[in-house]
Amino acid sequence: MSEFLLEVKDLSIIYATEDGVVQALTHANVTLRQGETLGLVGETGAGKTTLARGIMRLIPDPPGKIVSGQILFDGTDLLRLPAKEMRKYRGRQISMIFQDPMTSLNPVMTVGDQIREVIMTHHPEMSRQDTKKHAENMMEMVGITSTRYGDYPHQFSGGMKQRVVIAIALAGEPRLLIADEPTTALDVTIQAQVLEMIHALKRKSNTAMLLITHDLGVVAQNCDSVAIIYAGEIVEYGTLRQVYKNVLHPYTEGLFGSVPSLEANAQRLAAIEGMMPDPTALPKGCKFVDRCKYATDRCRTESPRLLEMEDGHKARCFRYEDREVKRHG
Amino acid sequence: MAEILRVEHLQKYFPVPDGMLHAVDDVSFTIHAGKTLGVVGESGCGKSTMGRAILRLHEPTGGKVFFQGRDVLALSAQEMKELRREMQIIFQDPFASLNPRMTVSEAIAAPLIVQKLYNRRDKEGINKRVREIMDMAGLAQRLINTYPHELDGGRRQRIGIARALALNPKFVVCDEPVSALDVSIQAQILNLMQDLQDELDLTYLFITHDLSVVKYISNDILVMYLGQMVEKAPAEKLFEKPMHPYTQALLSAIPVPDPDRPMSRITMKGEITSPVNPEKGCRFAKRCPHATAACTQQDMKLTEQEPGHFVTCLRLQRGEL
Repeated sequence: MSEFLLEVKDLSIIYATEDGVVQALTHANVTLRQGETLGLVGETGAGKTTLARGIMRLIPDPPGKIVSGQILFDGTDLLRLPAKEMRKYRGRQISMIFQDPMTSLNPVMTVGDQIREVIMTHHPEMSRQDTKKHAENMMEMVGITSTRYGDYPHQFSGGMKQRVVIAIALAGEPRLLIADEPTTALDVTIQAQVLEMIHALKRKSNTAMLLITHDLGVVAQNCDSVAIIYAGEIVEYGTLRQVYKNVLHPYTEGLFGSVPSLEANAQRLAAIEGMMPDPTALPKGCKFVDRCKYATDRCRTESPRLLEMEDGHKARCFRYEDREVKRHG
Repeated sequence: MAEILRVEHLQKYFPVPDGMLHAVDDVSFTIHAGKTLGVVGESGCGKSTMGRAILRLHEPTGGKVFFQGRDVLALSAQEMKELRREMQIIFQDPFASLNPRMTVSEAIAAPLIVQKLYNRRDKEGINKRVREIMDMAGLAQRLINTYPHELDGGRRQRIGIARALALNPKFVVCDEPVSALDVSIQAQILNLMQDLQDELDLTYLFITHDLSVVKYISNDILVMYLGQMVEKAPAEKLFEKPMHPYTQALLSAIPVPDPDRPMSRITMKGEITSPVNPEKGCRFAKRCPHATAACTQQDMKLTEQEPGHFVTCLRLQRGEL
């Protein structure tokens, strides 16, 4: 058995639209151990959600298509499973918390029944009373009194709805939790409560988590390792400390410079100029070349690989070629 | 330094089926010319309503607003229309605040024509001014005939800024102007807004829920909770020494982007309560770790705890915290 719970290898996903082919994700590699939290950071359209949905095999096809790669979950390649087998993984082995709690719940079903639905699906042997009891326990676990079992989503506030979504995601006792911007729609004090709760629940059952966010603060406080993604490519990858204390890629540097600091009294933000390239017409060389202050002629014509440094820290940039470790075999 | 805006005991209530929603309750402050007052608070605290009430986009229920000494709430509709040249607003959502059927040039020209600064037929004059404003807002000239749907969020927000500045206002309410944008674009827009402030000597009322943004852009910061102001202080002071228990809890909830600085979060119980027919006293009392019975028995007053640092907290005022 592999040391990794999840191993995404060389995953590429495209969307064939009327305007052309969108390279949503290009040769992505990520790994997750049991109990580990990986932060996936990037801006709108970078491919974060595509990667998450790819792992769940929830890419709408058409227009989406997984063109290459493997997704090994506990050694099994999810991409080779028949649809019926895959269904046993979703919700049971891998579950997902979606970004917007306002739209990811069914408005005409009580929240209790929505949690119970997951339990009934994955435990057909359980009696009706047991599934209800279990659903009530899940509600208590995420901090909602079970007397609200019969309430509908519109009767809850945003933070409470997100708790319901989390209860649904955890009801199948998954081994991998994919959280797609779980707190972006929430206020900062509620965000802190929700993240703390996810953290505690995760630790209790040693669940692995892929946390998708654009908030560098949320990553610093919750993740063990970090992948920075830009225009469909992972541009930097390492442990939390490696990426935060020793920034390699110019895009990561730009991201850190764009966030106003709470400690320092900066007079001006070091913004990244320009914007993300059109995903149907990506530059030939490095995808970041047009916004990069270190760009050379070579960057325009040749695409850099993800180079691995001595300590395992990876970056997709020619500037680190001399520091790359050469692996044998 | 000249005071440009003075707000006194501003109130805005909305009638709702269950009673009166106290969106803004007794907010007072002044802003000096060329400065930025940041307003922070969580969703539903009344910060946007307050911004709009100052411009009379919502008619205030009570209180007074003085702009350069003039009583804004006493003005007639015609006088108000003229005053709007001086007072403008940048809206939050660059996707919803632009007319999808107007090109960039039409959108920017609209305020010029409405305010009769240019005659509708003066195509050349309008075009020249539109191009000037586009330059100022960092919009490429080639975009002049594009429609909003062809542009990304950052460019759309630049149109929003261009529109607000087209009339050469002195005072601009910025209602979450960067909240809908990605961080790298957010930084570009924040830099632009600062440059414009220096260049045109603008005064901003900057509304946001993002505490790091508000610290960066503001001279003074006002913290709101459920329609009430709880604290007001110079930006650095507020972050150095937050006094009100709500401000302390709010600041402690910000995730710091540094793995060596774990959060020491002050836990708040429960969630924001309803602002409909609120009870007497401090509205934060239910979630406050320091609340006593006295906190809900009388209405709170704003007092100056330290020079320039105003707080509405009974226990602080009594010297108990």
